[in-house]
Amino acid sequence: MRQVYGFHGGIHPPENKHQSVAAPIADAGIPDALVLPLSQHIGAPAIPAVEVGQHVLKGQVIAEPAGVVSVPLHAPTSGTISAIEDRQIAHPSGHTARCIVIATDGKDEWINHQGLEDYEAADRSELLSIIRSAGIAGMGGAGFPTAVKLAVKPETHIETLIINGTECEPYITADDILMRERAEKIVEGAEILAHLVQPDEILIGVEDNKPESIVALQAAAEGTAVEIVTFPTKYPSGGEKQLIEILTGKQVPSGDLPAAVGVVCQNVGSAVAVRDAIIEGKPLISRVTTVTGEGVSEPRNYDVLLGSSMAHLLELAGYQHEKNKRLIMGGPMMGFTVPDAHVPVVKTTNCILAPTEAELPTPPPAQACIRCGMCAEACPASLLPQQLFWFSQGKEFEKAEQHNLFDCIECGACSFVCPSNIPLVQYYRAAKAEVIQIRKDTEKSEHSRIRFEARQARLEREDAEKEAKRAARKKAAEEKARLAAEQGNAEEDPIQAAIDRAKAKKAAQASGGDASESEQEKLEKAVATTRKRLNTATAKLDAAKQEGSDFIDALQTGVDKTRAKLDAAEQALHDYQQANTANEEPAEDQSSANAAQVAIQKAMAARAAEADKSPADKAREALQKLEARLQKSEARLAEGKAAGEEEKIISALESTVERLREKVAKAQSQTQETEAS
Amino acid sequence: MYELIAQYPLFAALFAMVGLGLIFGALLGYAAVRFKTEGNPIVDQINEILPQTQCGQCGHPGCRPYAEAIADGEAINKCPPGGQAGVQALADLLDVDAIPLDEEHGEESVSQVAYIREDECIGCTKCIQACPVDAILGAAKHMHTVIASECTGCDLCVEPCPVDCIDMISEEESLQTWSWQLPDPVSREVDIIATDAQATEEAA
Amino acid sequence: MLADYSILLIGAILVNNFVLVQFLGLCPFMGVSNKLETAMGMSMATTFVLTLASACSNLTYHFLLQPLGLGYLKTISFILVIAVVVQFTEMVVRKSSPLLHRVLGVYLPLITTNCAVLGVALLNINKEHNFMQSLFYGFGAAVGFSLVLVLFAAMRERLAVADVPSPFQGAAIGMITAGLMSLAFMGFAGLV
Repeated sequence: MRQVYGFHGGIHPPENKHQSVAAPIADAGIPDALVLPLSQHIGAPAIPAVEVGQHVLKGQVIAEPAGVVSVPLHAPTSGTISAIEDRQIAHPSGHTARCIVIATDGKDEWINHQGLEDYEAADRSELLSIIRSAGIAGMGGAGFPTAVKLAVKPETHIETLIINGTECEPYITADDILMRERAEKIVEGAEILAHLVQPDEILIGVEDNKPESIVALQAAAEGTAVEIVTFPTKYPSGGEKQLIEILTGKQVPSGDLPAAVGVVCQNVGSAVAVRDAIIEGKPLISRVTTVTGEGVSEPRNYDVLLGSSMAHLLELAGYQHEKNKRLIMGGPMMGFTVPDAHVPVVKTTNCILAPTEAELPTPPPAQACIRCGMCAEACPASLLPQQLFWFSQGKEFEKAEQHNLFDCIECGACSFVCPSNIPLVQYYRAAKAEVIQIRKDTEKSEHSRIRFEARQARLEREDAEKEAKRAARKKAAEEKARLAAEQGNAEEDPIQAAIDRAKAKKAAQASGGDASESEQEKLEKAVATTRKRLNTATAKLDAAKQEGSDFIDALQTGVDKTRAKLDAAEQALHDYQQANTANEEPAEDQSSANAAQVAIQKAMAARAAEADKSPADKAREALQKLEARLQKSEARLAEGKAAGEEEKIISALESTVERLREKVAKAQSQTQETEAS
Repeated sequence: MYELIAQYPLFAALFAMVGLGLIFGALLGYAAVRFKTEGNPIVDQINEILPQTQCGQCGHPGCRPYAEAIADGEAINKCPPGGQAGVQALADLLDVDAIPLDEEHGEESVSQVAYIREDECIGCTKCIQACPVDAILGAAKHMHTVIASECTGCDLCVEPCPVDCIDMISEEESLQTWSWQLPDPVSREVDIIATDAQATEEAA
Repeated sequence: MLADYSILLIGAILVNNFVLVQFLGLCPFMGVSNKLETAMGMSMATTFVLTLASACSNLTYHFLLQPLGLGYLKTISFILVIAVVVQFTEMVVRKSSPLLHRVLGVYLPLITTNCAVLGVALLNINKEHNFMQSLFYGFGAAVGFSLVLVLFAAMRERLAVADVPSPFQGAAIGMITAGLMSLAFMGFAGLV
């Protein structure tokens, strides 16, 4: 028996897991439409790789990853892309997001796919790229791209690979049922992951409230290097850092990744997805999701295609709408309320919870903190939730950060034990967002400052250069004048010389011969070079055709383009010659009177309008603006007075109002003046 | 000497005080030379808090001049882009009371980015000259465009544009920029004991 | 010998704490305790000034005033000594930590007329302390002052974000807190 450790804090909420594990995993079938959000993971949203109306096969890539921390998206079944548009998704903000909508055809036709026969012979980077292109993102709830997590630096030695089968959150049984029914796949997946990171030991951590899973896993792990470790049930032992502490006794340092203590942690769902991707070549297109709560008559787990609407699942489970007030994605501790039942299931949807009001009552209004300290006892990250709460509420984010706000895993244990029902986690989330925003702003302002200073330096330099040039010119002129004076050759005035030069130039231009000839030469030259280019391009194209290169298309278009250019050049030359021989007015290229001129005319018109308007209208406008501002200030002052704010603040407000009033008066008199005149 | 002092205590007192004064004066004089400070390092710290939009709404040509003015005792509430949070940060740094933003210099608004309606741009380069952070790209008689990531939203480019083709666009909240808001503060108004609340509900 | 000094120290820090028991130096206690960092800075400045002033005034008294029979001039000459020490400190602080200087700006000159500083100097004479004893007494008084100032600042920082009923907000709750702290320090009476 392996030694297990404990972690600080933790709670024991009612588990409510038995309801949904009685029945085996059911297939949720293929709904009529699948809605696939482009962002189902942490990181940049994927980029659509299909067009509306295109027919796709099951497993076909429909969106490509954007950047390193991103994953692709695959069609969960065959069908036609009916739309790429903004749809409601499951997100606490209730915002819409870009989704690919597939109208399914019911044939469920697979695209060609093939797994690796012997993954042990495969290269590590090859395996990682398969995992990445299979679109696997952490299935436990956070949705961090699995391939990124597995790509540990070669110099880090991984001691322990942990497969997380803890599933500590109440109600959720998706991992539990997966471990019961697909234990072999999990063990196989664990072995593949172990091959990738080469750990000293492979552990699957399971809480002791899942005896069937433990038995199934132990049977599956027989004769392999995988060890099943059980430990007492406590929330949130499924948190990555908590689980690592339970199994290894090591604490991940604040702000560090588990790899820092030689541990890689993956969810059982991810392990199965990795196994499917490597052995069978199947991308991540479906997942096991728990549908539970008293609002459904048959709570159970479904193997559901990604993109199916939650309403579809709820219907299968016997949803009683009248019983259920709000729908939760995830568990009761860390889940969030979804805006409506038609949002799609995504890679991170481990549970859909439809509780009755009695089962999960709306939280009563928050009351004052009584400093009982129960939150600090419950906190699994050994933080001081009460202090963090005060700092967040008082907007002292710097202090909150000093109290390790960013080590909070938002597990909700503190809110659970709080006798005053304070929504503590929301405070922490808001404070985190605020701190990140402040960091961004400082970064931006620093960046702007550097740019501003660079610009100032540049302007100064330019000014100095100009000044230097001017001085040099002046000096040269003086020198010349002096020399001329010395030689007593004063008749050739430099200014006169310049004027003469200019005159000569004008005369040349007036004769026209030179200029137009050069113009014609230019055109002829253009024709010649374009023809030359066309010749080389055609030669290249022929060569490519003989070799059967991939670039034929590109070359072909290149040749076509060059030919078009040649035609245009020849045409221009022809036109010019005609215009010249006809001795008409110089050919005015119609296209040169282009958008710019139009815009200039427009600008002039706008200016004229502005000039017409002013100054009476302008003054009036300014006055209106000022009045609006004054009103606002007065309102603020009244508010301040009503709220009984400090004298200093009130006086500051009053002075603002007074100054604005003066300005308004001034503007008024100005308006009258201008109107009178 | 000693006798003189012993004879006239007044001289003794005078001698003692003047002597002390001389010694201490010499000490302070030396210290003034030894610990001489130049410049005012507080300006840098103030400048770091200012948002660096270089917008001039405070009446100074840029953020650093305003920082210098603050160090010399100007009011800290003249920076609308910094907002009330900026005033608070300055107040904390300088250990003075935070005062509300001075409306005279403009109002606090959400962060904006300039956008040039490109088909209307005539390529006059006036906005390029106005931009304090070189965030506008373009050349004479060619279309200009704003590098959104560099734009500070100071709207200094709007005024010089002869064809009025520059818009200030506020950033819209998207899924990427969305964040949790602080809950309503726990107020003393809600003095409800949970069981009482249930009782009143039942009664009603 | 060692016991004497430790008793002197403990007496000055806890039992006869200058701020909370003898009620000297209350203005910086209320004025510079809004922020912990400021309080720390003030504590350090005061510790430095107090110790130095205590020693200097002792020297001045024993080697200048007493031989000349000018005991009656001690108050004014101590003020002179303290003023010089403060001025010197200000110059050093301005050079080494401009922010602290900015923060302490108003309060540093206030130390000149800080009753705790003058009080220590005069008490040294009354209690007939020798040079070492004055040094320890001054240092003890300064440590006591720093201790309560930092404690009080930490409390006020928490009060700043706490849910204080509106009539008590601001200075009022600060006074109440100071009173309670004073009561607590009364508990040290009879320790030595």
